[in-house]
Amino acid sequence: MSILIDENTKVVVQGITGKEGTFHTRQMLAYGTNIVAGVTPGKGGQTVEGIPVLNRIRDAVDRYGANASCIFVPPPFASDAIFEAADAGIHVIVCITEGIPTLDMVKTAHFIGKHGSLLIGPNTPGIISPGKTKVGIMPGHIHKRGGVGVISRSGTLTYEVVDQLTRVGLGQSTCIGIGGDAIVGTSFIDHLRWFKEDRETKGAVLIGEIGGTAEEEAAEYIEEAFDKPVLAFIAGQTAPPGRRMGHAGAIISGGKGKAEDKINSLKSHGITVVLNLGQLGQMALEVFKDSRTSLAKN
Amino acid sequence: MKIHEFQAKDLFRTFGIPVPSGKVAYTPGQAVEVAQGLPGPPWVVKAQIHAGGRGKGGGIRVANSPHEVGKAADEVLSNPLITPQTGPSGQKVRQVLVEEGLDIEREFYLGIVIDRKLASPVMIFSQAGGMEIEEVSSKHPELVLLETIDITQGFMPYQARNLSYAIEPIPDKEVLKVFSAITSQLYKLFITKDCSLVEINPLVITKSGKPVALDAKINFDDNALFRQKEVAHLHDPYEMDELEVKASQYNLNYIRLDGNIGAMVNGAGLAMATMDLIKLAGAEPANFLDVGGGASEEMVTNGLKIILSDARVKAILINIFGGIMRCDVLARGVVKAAKEVDIKVPLIVRLEGTNVEEGRQILRNSDLDFSVAKDMEEAARMVASQVS
Repeated sequence: MSILIDENTKVVVQGITGKEGTFHTRQMLAYGTNIVAGVTPGKGGQTVEGIPVLNRIRDAVDRYGANASCIFVPPPFASDAIFEAADAGIHVIVCITEGIPTLDMVKTAHFIGKHGSLLIGPNTPGIISPGKTKVGIMPGHIHKRGGVGVISRSGTLTYEVVDQLTRVGLGQSTCIGIGGDAIVGTSFIDHLRWFKEDRETKGAVLIGEIGGTAEEEAAEYIEEAFDKPVLAFIAGQTAPPGRRMGHAGAIISGGKGKAEDKINSLKSHGITVVLNLGQLGQMALEVFKDSRTSLAKN
Repeated sequence: MKIHEFQAKDLFRTFGIPVPSGKVAYTPGQAVEVAQGLPGPPWVVKAQIHAGGRGKGGGIRVANSPHEVGKAADEVLSNPLITPQTGPSGQKVRQVLVEEGLDIEREFYLGIVIDRKLASPVMIFSQAGGMEIEEVSSKHPELVLLETIDITQGFMPYQARNLSYAIEPIPDKEVLKVFSAITSQLYKLFITKDCSLVEINPLVITKSGKPVALDAKINFDDNALFRQKEVAHLHDPYEMDELEVKASQYNLNYIRLDGNIGAMVNGAGLAMATMDLIKLAGAEPANFLDVGGGASEEMVTNGLKIILSDARVKAILINIFGGIMRCDVLARGVVKAAKEVDIKVPLIVRLEGTNVEEGRQILRNSDLDFSVAKDMEEAARMVASQVS
């Protein structure tokens, strides 16, 4: 088991003919992702890495049964691409694009809500169920199939964490980047709910950062309803207020979103927080020692 | 992106939001000229910098004669303005806004931000104007009214009524009409110009019964500047650190901080985490620098150049997690960059990820003076020991 995506997921790549789209199509195929089609308006009829290119998502759904999409469309057009995917009935939409205007995302979030699709991102490395499939840009080989669910707002920081988990022998059920922007399609809580229901997932690692209150909300949910062990890390303890730390969503504003508040909130809800990232792997062994997390033990 | 008060008030005027008569001046002489063309005395001379808390730092002066206007402008323009938000060295003031002074009857707060959780714009209104809204909401949350706006419908007339009829005592009809117009025009401005924050603090009612935006603050969504060309022109590079301006020309995410450890990392989250580790190891980062998740050789070179032009930097930590981008490629980039720019401070490199052994080998075999750390923790300890 895993959440949201597995070996049966049929992926359509939006923006497949662009540099990024083509490169990561190749990487995903190498990992074993079942990519059924690509979309670039006006380039229908071509192929990329042997994958048929279509003009419309609708055709990818009708002809190839696509149920997930991976978006590599530039910021000005990305919102339109998400609308198109949702309208065509794509279930899981992963938007890699960084730099989409916030108001576009406000409109998109409302539209998505009405269509019953799930949006991962934007500004995300994507989602991977190790050993099964990946829809995104993360390096597949650092992952290992197992029982830890990973939810993060970041990219390379997640790779760092996953790498440490794999090294200490803790595999992952599914790893999700929820996105580094202020407005993203899914929250920590959404994924925790799915992980709760997933039998393979024995525990979760939460990787948060400054900005917003998503971690605080997750902390409340975990104490109330999440019955598996959780380990958390928050980046940005030294970030100055009022400055956007790379990610559009990573900003302390109006006294909200400080790392300290998030760490305190997590701790007060009984969640173990790693302060020194270098020790995350070891701490994970400790936190997950009672649950059978590695596949080897399953 | 932030802009100055006078620029925000110009935008208010275009949207029909009433502001005091006034004009920007760059010299004391110009300030006097502006004042003479305005109703008054009194006049108000306001320092134009992005940082808040200007009043507390002496950046807002009331003048009762043209002579006093000139004197106030001279004082404000000749000394750096230190406010709670500028840091101890203050910010140089390059222009002042000279305005007519108004007799104030009542003060309110009116603003719009995006609520992340609701994924919607929210209008915030408070009868406790002139105070920081964060302070009001923590001390008197009952005074803060919120109207969540449905993006597909826009700001509705009933929402203006929700706010205006909450005012005690209820102002007369004419005032209410203008107040409602201000709320809906402010929303229109927010949406049309891709703002991330608009704030009128205080929005006043004058003794003569006129609602006026006494102050104006607008932040714009950086991600939308590509379609807001006029807004992008309002950018004031003097408000940014010199190195930050340079870094933005290289498309690097760079923020200057107060410490002396230069840090270069690929990815924003990992960059923040690396800063935290430096601090945990007992040192202070000199900067946040994210060269991008898939850092290229060129980005690495430019990043090093920026860090090395900061004279305070006593040691450098490069932390790269090679994902799709291989470590051997990145190591070659670091070696090449180090040869291009003369490095006189200790350099600690930590590489991890794809092809890490080849990458470390390349670093070891180079004739450059690197220290290679085996993990993040060791890297932070090594770099901190260089400055302790």
